[in-house]
Amino acid sequence: MGNNNKLTIAPSPHVQSDRSTACIMRDVVIALLPALVVSTVVFGANVLFITALSVCACVVFEYLIQRFIVRGTTTVGNWSAVVTGVLLAFNLPATIPWWIVLIGAFVAIAIAKMTFGGLGKNPFNPALVGRVFLLIAYPVQMTSFPEVEGFDALSGATPLAAVKQGTVSASAHDVQDLMLGNMPGSLGEVAALALLAGFVYLLWRKVITWHIPVTILATMAVFAAVVAACSGMTGAALWQFPLFHVLAGGALLGSIFMATDYSTSPMTVKGGIIFAIGIGAITMCIRLWGAYPEGMSFAILIMNSVVPLLNKYIKPKRFGVK
Amino acid sequence: MKTFPIGGVHPSENKLSCSKPIEVLPLPEVVNIPLSQHIGAPAVAKVAKGDRVVTGQLIAEAGSFMSANIHSPISGTVTAVDLVANGQGLRQPMITIQREGDEWAEGIDRSTTLVKECALSSQEIIAKIKEAGIVGMGGATFPTHVKLSVPPGKKAEVLIINGVECEPYLTSDHRTMLERGEELVIGVTILMKALDVKKAVIGIENNKPDAIAHLKKIVANYKGIKVQPLMVKYPQGGEKQLIAAITGRQVPPPPALPIDVGAVVCNASTTVAVYEAVQKNKPLIERVVTVTGKGIKEPKNLLTRMGTPISVLLEAAGGLPENAGKVINGGPMMGRAMCNLDSPVTKGCSGITVMSGRDAVRQTATQCIKCAKCVAACPMGLEPYYLSKMTQKKGWEAIEAQMVTSCIECGSCQATCPAYLPLLDWIRLGKQTVMGIIRARAAAAAPKK
Repeated sequence: MGNNNKLTIAPSPHVQSDRSTACIMRDVVIALLPALVVSTVVFGANVLFITALSVCACVVFEYLIQRFIVRGTTTVGNWSAVVTGVLLAFNLPATIPWWIVLIGAFVAIAIAKMTFGGLGKNPFNPALVGRVFLLIAYPVQMTSFPEVEGFDALSGATPLAAVKQGTVSASAHDVQDLMLGNMPGSLGEVAALALLAGFVYLLWRKVITWHIPVTILATMAVFAAVVAACSGMTGAALWQFPLFHVLAGGALLGSIFMATDYSTSPMTVKGGIIFAIGIGAITMCIRLWGAYPEGMSFAILIMNSVVPLLNKYIKPKRFGVK
Repeated sequence: MKTFPIGGVHPSENKLSCSKPIEVLPLPEVVNIPLSQHIGAPAVAKVAKGDRVVTGQLIAEAGSFMSANIHSPISGTVTAVDLVANGQGLRQPMITIQREGDEWAEGIDRSTTLVKECALSSQEIIAKIKEAGIVGMGGATFPTHVKLSVPPGKKAEVLIINGVECEPYLTSDHRTMLERGEELVIGVTILMKALDVKKAVIGIENNKPDAIAHLKKIVANYKGIKVQPLMVKYPQGGEKQLIAAITGRQVPPPPALPIDVGAVVCNASTTVAVYEAVQKNKPLIERVVTVTGKGIKEPKNLLTRMGTPISVLLEAAGGLPENAGKVINGGPMMGRAMCNLDSPVTKGCSGITVMSGRDAVRQTATQCIKCAKCVAACPMGLEPYYLSKMTQKKGWEAIEAQMVTSCIECGSCQATCPAYLPLLDWIRLGKQTVMGIIRARAAAAAPKK
């Protein structure tokens, strides 16, 4: 046998993960599918058009930038642009004009992602940067939601907006409507149950851990409960108010799919929990006392900026160190 | 179920040879005995070309306290004491012996009769272990007599026997525990006596229920020895991880040693070797080697004389498969890939793992996506992504501050990375550089004579 020049020499370990980046990103897309289905049922086929357009735009922009400006290896194969595309679409109302979708995709990929060096290097969640840009640039189109049949709030207003305007109280919302997506809102935020199904899938596939989503939602619930108690609510309102805030708007979509984005969340569990508490608290502050009815996107982006600091100062528990 | 406190991964176990009884490999015709097959100073050859040697005869003497004796594994004629290529192709001093017959040195008890009683003192036991050239057979090859010589001011409280075998594929400790349980447990009593401890725990991963049951039955007749099943999780058999899993105590960062938390850890196969050395006067000249891999026709556990060429073991297991891409000395997590299959079995060689096809090739590395899976996997609580990145930037102070020297090189980070980054390659480089810097600093600070 002797010297065998067909043998590979490499340092250990000789075992590799069977879950590549692409495989993980594909899992995120799969986890988003239930919400896509519910959204299509609630808002109609236009949902599929918007999502497809957003995904295609994100992938094409990333490909073009990689091919002609960065000139490195093509990275669209890792599916991360697809995830950004779906998430961006999920943050838009179903009636959004197609050209706004393209602008959003461009901002998300070209400005928020590729400028920093692409996947893993972007400090802010690309889909959220895209959404917030559109919200500021096209406030009318971004807040005009189609009516949903059978929903008893003010037509065209999301539950959070209705509560903000004072036309409907939080506790007046039917939990069943919120769970099943029977309400106006962005594509991906309407059906709590579908998002939770995606959450379970991500946990099962070990794509994310429970820490960030659960901490955000718990922080929001506790925050809302304290506010409810302090503002003199009594009886059923005491639990309906926190429950409403956890189920309505982008709370679930944001906490499960956006705050857990690898590049823009802390590297340690402890850091992740601090990050999540920050998101929950900021979201509630904006919702209750800010100018916007919903604050999830702003809260996540604000906490994104704290991540490098958290990575620097919050260290994992070292073995053998008291 | 007990386990270590931080991190860990669960690679596919692939224990293909776990139900294959230990087979005795026929005596090799030629053996190559490296003078350095342990941590510490190389042994010094005591024979020269043309000398006749018999099995069990001392052929190389420990070069210092931190070193180990080496004995001839066969009888025959020394044909060379020269540089020979090792598994990685590096030329190392080795003694080459051509076999003639099967003659044994005087005083070695080759019978299978159990000798339970040991009337020797602690000092005498350690001397016998030193004489027999025993080193850690789990792969680290730390001289056992050094481990047993507890430094003044420190006290051993518990002896831990490492029967975890958390490396995928390997089964040599498993089979040894099953087939040589009695000897193992007597070995434990001898080690307890050497260390003057009243308590010993045999840690075994829960994927070996037969070994756990077998040893539990045996230790019932002995005082102070316990069998502790452990969760199946890599690296459960890492020395520090095992101590933490069993005693709850964490060994502080280097230069602290297990003895600082009152623990001494000894591998299961090593413990059987201790029994043979003390009760049977038999030096460490053979060991069980698992020959395994998905492409191997007949995965086997072979009782092999030291110095036997790896190629002979592979032939005994049905030969190297067509699509073999990598031959590993050890298991796939911490073993070393080889290019020279004529290189010999040494004291630390617990298995030969053959990887075939795609398993043998590294996937192309892509960019870090900051998924933090490496941080979650690290059993030492380090940040592999950061250590790897800062090593590339030569940020030695930074990685020293982030405890790169605590890395046990278990490979959990790299094995879990979805971007297939060579994390441990870089961290090893960083760790070695920082250790060099620390040594230089200590040398500069030491008073000049």
